Amino acid sequence: MKAFAKKQKTGLTLKKSGWNQRQRLLFWLIAAVLFLMAVCIGGMFLDEAAKTTDFSRKNIAPCLAYPFGTDWLGRNMFARTIRGLSISIVIGISAAAVSAVLAFILGVVSATMGKAADTMVTWFIDLVMGIPHMLLLILVCVACGRGLKGVILGVALTHWTSLARLIRGEVLQLKEQQYIKMARKLGKSNLYIAMKHMAPHLFPQFVVGLILLFPHAILHESGITFLGFGLSNEQPAIGIILSEAMKYMITGKWWLALFPGLMLVLTVVCFYAIGENLRKLVDPASAHK
Amino acid sequence: MERKKILEIKNMNISFCQYQKGMRQEELPVIRDLSLSVHEGEMVAVVGSSGSGKSLLAHGVMGILPYNASMGGEILYRGEPLTEKRIRKLRGKEIVMVPQSTSYLDPLMKVGTQICKGKKDLVRQKKLDQIFSRYSLAKEVQEQYPFELSGGMTRRVMISTAMIENPRLVIADEPTPGLHQKAAKSAMEHFRELADMGAGVLIITHDLELALETADRVLVFYAGYTLEDAKTEDFCKEETLRHPYTKALWRAIPKNGFQYIDGVQPYVKDMPSGCPFAPRCSRCSEKCHGEIPYREVNGGYVRCVYDS
Amino acid sequence: MKTAKFITKQMIKMFLLLLAVSIVAFALMTASPVDPLQANVGQTALGSMSPEQIQKLEEYWGVGQPPVQRYMAWLKDFIRGDMGVSLLYRQDVTKVIAVKLANSLFLMIIAWVMSGLLGFILGALAGMNRGKLIDKVVRGYCLLISSTPAFWIAMLFLIIFGVWLKILPIGLSVPIGVEASGVTFLDRVYHAILPAFTLSITGISNIAMHTREKMIDICESDYMLFAKARGESTWEIFKNHGFRNVLAPAMTLQFASISEIFGGSVLVEQVFSYPGLGQAAVSAGLGSDMPLLMAITMISALLVFGGNLIANLLYGVIDPRIRRGGAVR
Repeated sequence: MKAFAKKQKTGLTLKKSGWNQRQRLLFWLIAAVLFLMAVCIGGMFLDEAAKTTDFSRKNIAPCLAYPFGTDWLGRNMFARTIRGLSISIVIGISAAAVSAVLAFILGVVSATMGKAADTMVTWFIDLVMGIPHMLLLILVCVACGRGLKGVILGVALTHWTSLARLIRGEVLQLKEQQYIKMARKLGKSNLYIAMKHMAPHLFPQFVVGLILLFPHAILHESGITFLGFGLSNEQPAIGIILSEAMKYMITGKWWLALFPGLMLVLTVVCFYAIGENLRKLVDPASAHK
Repeated sequence: MERKKILEIKNMNISFCQYQKGMRQEELPVIRDLSLSVHEGEMVAVVGSSGSGKSLLAHGVMGILPYNASMGGEILYRGEPLTEKRIRKLRGKEIVMVPQSTSYLDPLMKVGTQICKGKKDLVRQKKLDQIFSRYSLAKEVQEQYPFELSGGMTRRVMISTAMIENPRLVIADEPTPGLHQKAAKSAMEHFRELADMGAGVLIITHDLELALETADRVLVFYAGYTLEDAKTEDFCKEETLRHPYTKALWRAIPKNGFQYIDGVQPYVKDMPSGCPFAPRCSRCSEKCHGEIPYREVNGGYVRCVYDS
Repeated sequence: MKTAKFITKQMIKMFLLLLAVSIVAFALMTASPVDPLQANVGQTALGSMSPEQIQKLEEYWGVGQPPVQRYMAWLKDFIRGDMGVSLLYRQDVTKVIAVKLANSLFLMIIAWVMSGLLGFILGALAGMNRGKLIDKVVRGYCLLISSTPAFWIAMLFLIIFGVWLKILPIGLSVPIGVEASGVTFLDRVYHAILPAFTLSITGISNIAMHTREKMIDICESDYMLFAKARGESTWEIFKNHGFRNVLAPAMTLQFASISEIFGGSVLVEQVFSYPGLGQAAVSAGLGSDMPLLMAITMISALLVFGGNLIANLLYGVIDPRIRRGGAVR
């Protein structure tokens, strides 16, 4: 006949770790940002080291001096990997940024410019979704005669659809909100409503969507360069390093493929971590967790 | 005649865990120090305005609180503590809940199958047919999906989910919203029948008048607190009521004058210390801001410093 | 009547989209700075040709004609079933496509079914057990796989199974040096194991993640709560409500994943030098084989839109709210 108390599970774990969920999210967010910044800054300084060939140290397996080993030209794979990643990150971010701007414009146009515009944009989304991303990327790269421009444009053109849908949905929902309707009835200008009432809601969503585009962009960028479209061998983006490694893999030089790939995965995971954690922090519903 | 107690709740607290600005977490109490009991064949109504968190009372008893809520206090079912393990065994059999809206019905499952929880044997089918004819639902309705039902039909279907079992305790969460007067009344009648058949019925509602027509006892719920626990007869005249808020409610009933009092009930976060009704109460004084006892008066209970 | 109208509408939409895809693809190829003559005939070969020969070739490739006219000519041929001649393979595109598509379909169907089933099971399990160990494992797997480029996974498998363990072949869909007619079905399977496995593994994460999200939404619904309050066991809750409600969205996901599987196959086929449609697309892109690239684009778009169409139709069959013509609340 004793009193029973149903204590919450998360409540208990919270007390154990001393950190609540939000603080943990923030910790991982900062860790991921620091890692990515380190890679980018490291890449700037390792440009020379990545290019230096030295035939006296060909094909060395990973050791203390060369943690990622060296390749058939005696190049330091660690330097090449970091340099390659930094190039890929920059390309990925620029492509994702272009894509996000496109998504924002089309999303807003679709939601505010009437039915015809809406049909047009949704139709375009269906169209882009209809061609497998990889194939559309190839097509765009062919159209641009390969090179950096093709990769950035290709990734930008293939990735805007989901974010555009999200923004369209958000704006449509916002438009139906009572307080927005009230503001309109009170005679506030469209610009005022957009800046004062809509932007604060839309902005966090947009930023999170933008960051979550990065990992996709980088993966596709590495894929298309791996296939031989896009960048030349002088710009050793991570896809090129891996595709070169392909040729030497059969002979057992596993480290040429393993470490650059692992670093790429780590980079993408970091972007996901930033995006997802930020989304949870921004999401009002997470207040209850 | 002394009836057996089916359900007894002593000092129940339910609170939510929520983030305040930034990184701080805070507990938000929704139900505080709630005590009540339901006897066999008795129909008890918990009346409170919408959004006062009274639905959680039903969820708390059924053991289906959301994971960020925590509950304290004591629940006794037929004299024994209703532990998590015990409610798991009893719910859906001896203890049933009647939910508040269509969203509690699986949209993709036919009504008949759903009432029988997917297990349609001959015995259950027969019982189901009886229930349907009793609630004047056509047999075809069994083959329909929830989206094809009208509001009143949905209500009867949801009561059927309780009737198909042999419940000793029925907890109904807001059984009448969205129904017109007549349908709402007949829904309440159905619960009365269940009580007359010997089950204990606990109704959670916002409609005081409707509750007074059918229930045996009424608990008045305000901003997380139960302010008064009174027999239905006590509502015949204002003098037999105990709490100023209950009296105000009584005066708000059309036939008693239709008088409203100003103000709204306070939000859980900015709750006054002491009596939650104090800011709106005409008899409010220094005493009201201290500890307020929940005490027995004339066979009922009241949470007020004054003797009425 | 209503269904017929729905189907017709969907079909018309699909054909319009296909037409648009062909226009976009054609426009992109026309914009390419690569001269088709030089790319396909070669600089040296061109140099040794007489002006008449060059003119004949130019006529064949439509150099000098306005793009719209060339597009119309292509469309007319395409509708008649003539997709032109691939210069990379020196064959009719139709023939090239037929062989490559058969190879690719073999691969993609295995991967599609495997990733669909496993993804559904894992996603549903994780969603039903949110926050528990199984959920964490599935979520971790999904995050890891979706952060990993498909071609790199393929390379790892190639190193492990092909180079180190030597139990599976390094590439090609048939043994080298064997006549096409001498290839047995087992040979095909043997050579498709690794690519299919890689594709399945990468495909699972997407399906599982989305199924999990749907499942969580469903688990947070009132009817799941009510089922719990009615004393249904976890298995009964899943069987009666979870499965029923997650099926339709999962089906849509499964058909939408065709596009992803195709994209993955482009990369995976390249690594395993598996002679499928994806590899052909890469060669066609690198070698500026416009007719072949055009045809592959059309075929893949047809697959994707076809999948969407089937998903839309199936949705109507599964969901009674659409089947019985009620408004979806």
